[in-house]
Amino acid sequence: MASRRIVVDVPLVLTALLLSAYGICMVYSAGQTDVPTSATHAWASQIRWLIFGIVAAYAVSRASVRFFEWAALPTYLMSLVLLALLLVIGKGAGTAASHKSWIAIGGVRLGQPSELAKVTVVLMLARVLAARREPPKSLLDLWQPALVAFLPWALIMMQPDLGTGLVFIGIFFAMLYGSGVPCPLLVLVASPAVSLILAFNTSLWGAWFLLLLALVLWYKPFMLEGVGLMLANVVMGVVAPVLWERLAPYQRHRLLVFLDPSIDPRRSGWHVIQSQVAIGSGGWLGKGFLMGTQKRLAFLPEQHTDFIFAVLGEELGFIGVTVALMLFLFLLLRAVRVAERANDSFSSLVAMGLASSWLVHIIVNVGMTLNLMPITGIPLPFFSYGGSFMLACWLAIGLLSRISSEGRGARVGELAI
Amino acid sequence: MSFHPNEVARRARVVSGALAVLFVLLLGAFFRTQIVENSRYALQSEENRLREVPLPAPRGIIYDRHNEVLAENVPGYSVSLLSPSADSLRASLERLATMVPLSPEEIDLSVRRYRRAPYRPTVVLSDASFDVVSVLEERRIEFPGLIIQSAPKRYYPDGAAVASFMGYVGEITEAELASPNYRGYKTGQQVGKGGLEKEYEDSLRGTEGVRFVEVDARGRVVREAGARQDLLPKSGPPLYTNIDLELQKYTASLFADSLQGGAIALDPKTGGVLALYSAPSYDPNLFIGGIPQDLWKALNDDPRRPLYNKVIQGRYPPGSTWKLATAAIALESGIVTLDDRMPEPCTGGFQFGNRYFKCWNHKGHGDLTLAQAIEQSCDVYFYQLGLKVGLTRLVAGGIRFGGRDRSGIDLPDESRPLFPYADAEEYYDRKYGKRGWSQAVLLNLAIGQGENAQTVANMARFYTALATDGTESRPEIARHKPDRTRVFTLSEDQFAGLRVALAGVVSSGTARSAQIHGTVLAGKTGSAQNSQDRTRDHAWFVGFAPADDPKIVVAVLIEFGGHGARAARIASEIIQSYLKVAPAAHINTEG
Repeated sequence: MASRRIVVDVPLVLTALLLSAYGICMVYSAGQTDVPTSATHAWASQIRWLIFGIVAAYAVSRASVRFFEWAALPTYLMSLVLLALLLVIGKGAGTAASHKSWIAIGGVRLGQPSELAKVTVVLMLARVLAARREPPKSLLDLWQPALVAFLPWALIMMQPDLGTGLVFIGIFFAMLYGSGVPCPLLVLVASPAVSLILAFNTSLWGAWFLLLLALVLWYKPFMLEGVGLMLANVVMGVVAPVLWERLAPYQRHRLLVFLDPSIDPRRSGWHVIQSQVAIGSGGWLGKGFLMGTQKRLAFLPEQHTDFIFAVLGEELGFIGVTVALMLFLFLLLRAVRVAERANDSFSSLVAMGLASSWLVHIIVNVGMTLNLMPITGIPLPFFSYGGSFMLACWLAIGLLSRISSEGRGARVGELAI
Repeated sequence: MSFHPNEVARRARVVSGALAVLFVLLLGAFFRTQIVENSRYALQSEENRLREVPLPAPRGIIYDRHNEVLAENVPGYSVSLLSPSADSLRASLERLATMVPLSPEEIDLSVRRYRRAPYRPTVVLSDASFDVVSVLEERRIEFPGLIIQSAPKRYYPDGAAVASFMGYVGEITEAELASPNYRGYKTGQQVGKGGLEKEYEDSLRGTEGVRFVEVDARGRVVREAGARQDLLPKSGPPLYTNIDLELQKYTASLFADSLQGGAIALDPKTGGVLALYSAPSYDPNLFIGGIPQDLWKALNDDPRRPLYNKVIQGRYPPGSTWKLATAAIALESGIVTLDDRMPEPCTGGFQFGNRYFKCWNHKGHGDLTLAQAIEQSCDVYFYQLGLKVGLTRLVAGGIRFGGRDRSGIDLPDESRPLFPYADAEEYYDRKYGKRGWSQAVLLNLAIGQGENAQTVANMARFYTALATDGTESRPEIARHKPDRTRVFTLSEDQFAGLRVALAGVVSSGTARSAQIHGTVLAGKTGSAQNSQDRTRDHAWFVGFAPADDPKIVVAVLIEFGGHGARAARIASEIIQSYLKVAPAAHINTEG
């Protein structure tokens, strides 16, 4: 596939374009309020970033997948350095004003290194996993990919940025699955985290522990591994309350408010209550484009970034929500299709990783507006206002396009350029 | 890794299926929120953005019997504030206080109002002057929650002349809000306080309207109008009274500034109140939009008690005006006729047991018939008549005439008169102890003294029975269905005789100075001893005219007025004015 011509995956790119256009319309609407906000002119800047993103995606699609495989290690290391640097010189912004997630030079915020890290971790994980002949069969086999994911994750959790941390976990598991790791093993890997959460209810935790024991006996990992795993679960159950104590008060508060927003309706619970009111008052067809009262009158917080989907739900109603979610679903299915038809395992895993990163963003962001997910402040792909994220999403589109064009299968609806 | 195409395809199918399920679940969550629970959230969203600004309804206009306006509404302005919290309200008010007159007490009051109804605009000034409004309009931008709106303001064109029955309106108090009588009222609303305004509050108030303003998340007004269709206020229906405004004003003028007391004029056949005035009066227009502290204090401290209604609240011993009750009871029971004389002629007093009861005329009246005794108001005659009638009959008759009942006039806060109850023996036993009293109480009762204190309105009601065929008419200001009760039955001749005697009071008796040229005024003077000033009695006159076909009954009481003749002259003037007849040429106006 050394051809200088590439074949564009038209449905994929078209979906991304539609989503971007839809998103910019919503960013424009989010700026139309009765009380002037900084979001008033955000749409213009968003259009500039979109154009920049499309150009960048085109550039990426001209490069070979092999180039990215080669670049995986250096870019991965660079992201680690940036993330580490961030802990010293980082700046906060928006809802995440206390997070050190921005790199700024002379007061101008340049971007969020964690956006870059998402892509480099995908590349690096794909490279590590693709290098194996057989899929990992035991926990010990997983140490390499685990380390690749853990390092940036740990640095991000130190910012601290729970939401982005969640994205890395999603990428990690999705790519393990994509590389053929058996499901029971994935459950075992995830078990300490589940223990951590269930530790707040002793009987629930006990039930989980017995279930896990059965799984271990059935799956028969190495003796040492099995014992270590069960031990890890016990330790997690024990340290959970300690970790809870060590969470920053605002984080603890957010989790409690997630469980019951009405405990603090004027402050922490405000965001999610007002978001639900906005969406719920939309009905079938919504209040009309630009007409959302919750948005206009500043009841919706962060209406152009984190809660942009609430604006959509309020103004365009259930129909608008359905259209947006269907576009997202189609984009993800198309990405999975790219992974399926990729020429080699590295390409396939990259496609899988990129799709999973989007999936976590969508589920967490959209779920947050309905209080199905805690408020973590991660953006909605193609919708939320933010330059570096728009750019990152389009870079991913470029990469997927390239993989698709190098892959095999029917070329129906695809266009050579 | 396992990269066999079949394996990859299987995993892709699993992932695709999982994705589809996930998105359907997500869509289901949106369906629940947006469609199933839509009404709940839509309501919440409306509550978020809209604040109801009450549009006060104009109160019903009050007319006299000739459709002259007694109470109307004029344009006024009210100033209120929408605030997200009590603290922010206080801060805004303190800034407002630098531009418009606003005392710290008023600020505290407004904050209390806010606490009662935080989502209602808090009334700051219920009657703002045009100057204040223009100052605020200029600096409106500094007060984002400020709401200035025109609010109809009550106005009484004849102020003090009609205050006695009109009452006034004012903001509802916290005590009233807590009472079940004012269920449905909201803080800041205007309610009738006293008089017709209170009595007919339910109808006069009309229906408050609502204007919707749109506010942002911080409670600032974003859009004044058009957020939702306004609900227009409905003004209260007009109230048509029986008052004759011209007579009312004339009555008020008769009391001038120096006299204190009260007068009421009734139509004897319907009970319609033609005039009702309590002196001194006050100007209810000064009460609108909040009573100034110093005015309120001055009115309350005034020894002449302008806020105390002397027609329906003041209770005075009826004195000689009650002799007609004694006479009617005696005639009705057949003990005497109008021509009968008593065993002892009047020599200026009457010895009863070991006590000597004086007649007002210590020279004595000599031997009199009942008709003459009424004319001359001879006490000695009535002492003996009382003894003849007996305690039980005298008290029962007094009760029958309404001596224990309120007149039933359609005004709030009427006092109940004082009179013994039906079991008079027990009444006196309880009052003075078993052997603490004697038949001497009868002598006092017979001449309207002792355990008897009536309101002016009540005496007027009693005289409507004398002016007709023994049928009392309940006084009615704004009711138009007469409520009449026959209280005694006499023959035509007896009625005629009584009226002649009463006419004699004016033509040749105790009220000669009150004669009217062109018509015959009938009535009875009275002097009531009072505990405050033993040298100056309260002066009574209750009468009607023309004597042969009464069109008007008037009761007048002058506190500390001395002799009843003084009250009679005022009554005479009221009647002349109403019947449009000239005064007798020789009237002597000396009191």
